[in-house]
Amino acid sequence: MPYIVDIRNVTVSYRENVALHNVSLSVEEGELVAIAGPNGAGKTTLLTVINGLGKLLSGVVKVFGIEVNQRNINQLRKAIGYVPQKLNIDPRMPITVREVVMIGRYGKIGLLRKANDNDKKAVDDVIDSVGIRHLLHRPIGHLSGGELQKVHMARALAQEPKILLLDEPTANLDLSAQKSILELIEKIHWQKQLTTFVVMHELTHLPQNCGRMILMKNAKIVFQGETQKALSENILSEVYDCPVKLLKTDNGVIVRALTNA
Amino acid sequence: MLEILHYKFMQYAILASILGGVSCSIIGVFVVTMEIPFLGVTMAHAAFAGGIFGLLLGINPLISAFMLCLLSSLLIGPIADKAEFNPDTSIGIIFSIMMGVAFLGLAMIPGPKTEALSLIWGSILTISKIDIILMTIVCSITILLVVLFFKEIQAVIFHREVAASVGIPERWIYYGLLFLSGAIVTTNLNTVGGLLIFSLLINPAAAAYQLTYNLRTMFILSGCFGVLSCFLGLFFSYIFNVPSGAVIIITSSVIFALTLLLSPKRKVKKVGQINESNG
Repeated sequence: MPYIVDIRNVTVSYRENVALHNVSLSVEEGELVAIAGPNGAGKTTLLTVINGLGKLLSGVVKVFGIEVNQRNINQLRKAIGYVPQKLNIDPRMPITVREVVMIGRYGKIGLLRKANDNDKKAVDDVIDSVGIRHLLHRPIGHLSGGELQKVHMARALAQEPKILLLDEPTANLDLSAQKSILELIEKIHWQKQLTTFVVMHELTHLPQNCGRMILMKNAKIVFQGETQKALSENILSEVYDCPVKLLKTDNGVIVRALTNA
Repeated sequence: MLEILHYKFMQYAILASILGGVSCSIIGVFVVTMEIPFLGVTMAHAAFAGGIFGLLLGINPLISAFMLCLLSSLLIGPIADKAEFNPDTSIGIIFSIMMGVAFLGLAMIPGPKTEALSLIWGSILTISKIDIILMTIVCSITILLVVLFFKEIQAVIFHREVAASVGIPERWIYYGLLFLSGAIVTTNLNTVGGLLIFSLLINPAAAAYQLTYNLRTMFILSGCFGVLSCFLGLFFSYIFNVPSGAVIIITSSVIFALTLLLSPKRKVKKVGQINESNG
């Protein structure tokens, strides 16, 4: 089976810092992949090389079997939904929630064309599936963190993507909003048969059916494999440079960092 | 009173006030929402520096102002993106260069510098037919581009990274808007002048920003406030026999102050309303 995302020996550098060092990763269609690791490990950069926002110093990235370059990137991005980390939005921004979701269609619609009935229907469908119809006419700057995250997911889904990239979708959210977002990620991943990459800080909140986990440290992938194998006290303690304790419950695993004794 | 309208110079001035008001305030929406207010003053200095060197080299100052303004607008975006600066830093760099170049040129002009200084203050009452034609072209292109690329402009204004991630040629749109702002500043040098154009870019758009959460409405309101500022400014300038540029700016500032006072965005729910909505 050809890989939907194939990253080969990729190195990315921002100024003097190496964000990714000789990283390779192959992902098959339909996988739900969680990416974790300490701050500055290169998780966000790994996501952004897939949609071409991260600039390669060396190596090759293939998406849908096509090598990503500056000429084809806009075309490829139309099928890659991306939800970046928390965006700072001016509370007075003159754009409503519906308009933000519609932005997801703009790449597909193309230059000098207007949104047609199909585009409007796609936006309406995704608004219902994410459950944000009650927010439609609110200014985008007036939403809570959880509501805003749902709107960004709706915007990414309005693209009708084949690949979904989520960068810390539960960061800075309360417990209820975290639960709601995680359930939404799982629902849309299976419903729309996506290939999903989720950067997670809170390992306790990993999506239940996450098949593969990638652990990163110092700009490298230090572990990739089944999530159950990744959730080991030894592996996590080494990745995070601190003792880690796992508490198994009926609903999953609780991951706690212990103080160095 | 109405006799004045029969004079050619007044007809040109009214036309210029409409064209300049619309084009400046429309591009002002981009400047205000992208939070790059110093773009206007930088472009004004670039145009001023270009105009001075035009006078020095004996070429039409409007052409040289246009060239330097467009060059600056072409540099601001790529400098910010390549050096990973905030756009304001890149704008500040270009601003300081242009200010230095302008003062150097000013010092090199022998004798009285009246013609050069007129580029700073401008005079809407002395503009020519060529100016009107140029302003009409730039104003029409501005409106056409905003209408044709509205959805892309909306995405870029919302968030550049998001716009890029959905497959929009975000850099072309962003750099294009910077370039357009350079063209607009240059063509309006003769109306409100190089320095005061800064206010005409900011005030009408900032006033519109106070009143709406809809980008289309903001463009329309901003255009209306721009025309109103120029029109009333011109009227008061004629009545009180004072410089038109300065009065246009004061008028636009008064309009901004009024919208700030009336802004629905500033309204805070009263305790009674909160208790009512909490049932």
